[in-house]
Amino acid sequence: MSILVDKNTRVITQGISGKTGLFHTQQAIEYGTNMVAGVTPGKGGTTIEGVPVFNTVEDAVRETAANASVIYVPPAGAAEAIMEAADAGVELVICITEGIPVLDMVQVKRYLEGRKTRLIGPNCPGVITPNQCKIGIMPGYIHKPGHVGVVSRSGTLTYEAVYQLTTKGIGQTTAVGIGGDPVNGTNFVDVLRMFNEDPETEAVIMIGEIGGTAEEDAAAYVKEYMKKPVAGFIAGRSAPPGKRMGHAGAIISGGKGTAVEKVAAMEAAGIKVAPTPSEMGSTLVAMLEERGLLEKCRS
Amino acid sequence: MNIHEYQAKAVFRKYGVAVPVGAVAFSVDEAVKVAEQFGGRAVVKAQIHAGGRGKAGGVKLAKSLDEVRQYATELLGKTLVTHQTGPEGKVVQRLLVESLTDIQKEYYVGVVIDRATGCVTMMASEEGGMEIEEVAAKSPEKIFRETVDPAVGLKAFQARKLAYAIHIPSDLIKQATQFMMALYKAFVDNDCSVAEINPLVVTKGGEVFALDAKLNFDSNALYRHKDILEMRDLAEEDAREIEASKYDLSYIALHGNIGCMVNGAGLAMATMDTIKYYGGEPANFLDVGGGATEEKVTEAFKIILSDNGVKGILVNIFGGIMKCDVIANGVVAAARQVGLTRPLVVRLEGTNVDLGKQILKESGLSIVPADSLAEAAQKIVELVK
Repeated sequence: MSILVDKNTRVITQGISGKTGLFHTQQAIEYGTNMVAGVTPGKGGTTIEGVPVFNTVEDAVRETAANASVIYVPPAGAAEAIMEAADAGVELVICITEGIPVLDMVQVKRYLEGRKTRLIGPNCPGVITPNQCKIGIMPGYIHKPGHVGVVSRSGTLTYEAVYQLTTKGIGQTTAVGIGGDPVNGTNFVDVLRMFNEDPETEAVIMIGEIGGTAEEDAAAYVKEYMKKPVAGFIAGRSAPPGKRMGHAGAIISGGKGTAVEKVAAMEAAGIKVAPTPSEMGSTLVAMLEERGLLEKCRS
Repeated sequence: MNIHEYQAKAVFRKYGVAVPVGAVAFSVDEAVKVAEQFGGRAVVKAQIHAGGRGKAGGVKLAKSLDEVRQYATELLGKTLVTHQTGPEGKVVQRLLVESLTDIQKEYYVGVVIDRATGCVTMMASEEGGMEIEEVAAKSPEKIFRETVDPAVGLKAFQARKLAYAIHIPSDLIKQATQFMMALYKAFVDNDCSVAEINPLVVTKGGEVFALDAKLNFDSNALYRHKDILEMRDLAEEDAREIEASKYDLSYIALHGNIGCMVNGAGLAMATMDTIKYYGGEPANFLDVGGGATEEKVTEAFKIILSDNGVKGILVNIFGGIMKCDVIANGVVAAARQVGLTRPLVVRLEGTNVDLGKQILKESGLSIVPADSLAEAAQKIVELVK
C-alpha cells in the first residue's frame, strides 16, 4: 500500500512539449510510471516519447482515463492549467511549477472548493511511491520501497531525508513534497492523515521550514490523532526575520513562523525533532528502535 | 519587492485611496518648492525602505519654508538607523514633503494574504500608529478581520463592518468604506503581498486619509506589472542581491564569515542552520536552484567572494537530476576562474557522487571534501577560526 499514487495511477503531463516537461516525462517513463498522455494546446494528435498528446486535458482524460496530472507549465499559465485539470475531473493534480503569483493561487484554491480534485504543490518536487510511480522531479534511484512516509515543504531536503533512510536500509511507502508556497493545495495535516490511515506506513518523517503555521497545525493533529511515530526537522533556525529565504512561503513576518515556535510545538506533540538535517534519519531510527519497529521497517 | 511611501501613495491616488497633498523631493530646493504649494506648513519625511522612521528622527514637522529648508538639509544624505534597517542604517536620498494634517484620531488598516484560509484578508484596528504585531500580542481583541471571497472580492458590507468595529465617526463611515474598497482594488490589481496604512487618520476637517502607506509586491507577479517594476529603487537593495537576481540565483546577505552555496531553498536554510549549530556564522543564503549550470555556479562563487567578510566557503549540493560530476566540474572551473584563496569545503551527494569526488580530488585545487552536511559544516567552521 501507499498513499496518493501507485502502479495503477494513470498520469498525464501538462506542458509535455516544454524542456522541463519533456525531460521529466522521459525520466518518469524510465522509472516505470504509467504515463498515458500529454497535453499541449496546438500539439494535439502528435506523439512525444511514445505518449499521445492532446490539445485539452478534457480530451486526454476522455481518451486515456487518466486520473492524475503533473504540471510543468510556466508560472504565467500554471494556475489556469490546474483549473483545467480540475474541470476535467482529474483526481490528483501535482503542480511542480515554481513562481506562480500568490493571488493566482488564491483563485485556484477557491476554484477547487467543491470539486473532487486534490492539488499537491505548487512549487514542489512531486510525489513518489518507490518502484511504482514517480510523478515529479525527484531522483528516483535514491528511494526504496518500505514503511516510512515522508512529507516535506522542501525539495532537496526531502531527498536528503530519503537518502539517509535508504542508506540505513529503511524504505518508504510514499514521499510527498507539498511545496514551499504560502498558498498551496495540500498541507501537512492532509498528508499525515493519509499516512495515519495507510496500513503499510509505520512511521513518518515530516520536514518543515520557517513561515506560516502549517507545522503548528500538524503538531496539533499529531498530538490528537497520530498513532504512528513521527520524526521531524525544521529548516531556518538561523534565518533573520523579514527576509524571504528562497521559497515565497519561507519568511518570518511580524515575529510569527519562527523555527523555535515550530520545534516547541512539534516536541510538545511527541515529535522528535532532529537538531541538524544530517540527523533526520538517525532520529527516526531511534524512535523505531524504541517502539520495536526497526526490524519491520528494515525488511 | 518594496517601494517608497511616496510611490505607494501615487498608486493609491490612482485608485482613489485618499492621501494628503504632497510630492517627492530629491534636493533641498525641490523640497522647499513642494512646500510652497501649501504655505510652508509641511511634514518632511525621509524615504527609505524601512519602518520606524519617526522614532529614528526621519519625520519632521515644519511650520515655515525656512524650517522645511532646514529639515530637508538635515535629512538628505543622513544615515537613518531604525529597528528595521539593521545597525548599518540606510542613507536618505529622497524626501516626501506633504501638507500638514490636523489629526483627530489614528487607526490601522492592513491587507494581507492569509495562508490559513488562502484568501486576502483585510484587518483594521483602533490602535493606529502602533505596530500591528504589538497590538496583536497585547490586545488581539482590538484587531478585526474580514476574509475576502476571491470569487466576489471585498464587499461594501465587509468594509462597513470594519469601519463600525473600529469606531470611525458615524458621519465618516461612508468615506471609510470607500477608502477600504479602493484599497482592496489597488491590492489585487497590482498583486500586492502586503498593504499597510498605519496610521489611517480622520482629520478635524472630516476627511479620511492614508497618512502613511506601505506596499509590498509579490515578486512572482511583477512580470505583469511593468509600471510597478519601474519603481524599484536599487539603492535600497544589497548590491550582491541585485547581481544574484540577474542570474536567477536566490541570494540573501547575512553578517557571518562562511559563504554558502547550496541547491534548494530548504537545504540552503538547513546548511546555514548546521553551520550555526557547530559554532559558525553563515555569510549568506544562496540557492543555486535545481538546474545549476557551470555558469551559475561560477557567478555564485563570484558573488560569495565579493563579500570581503567571507573567510571560507561551504558548497553543499544534493545532486538529484543534476549529476555530481557536472556540479564538480562547475565548482572546479569556478574556483580556477575566480582564483581560490580562501578555504573551500565541498559536500556532494547523489548521482555519480564518486566521479564527482574524483574530479575535485584530481583538480589540484585545495578543496576539502566532506561526506555529510554535519562533517562539512564542522570542517569549514574549524577552517575559518
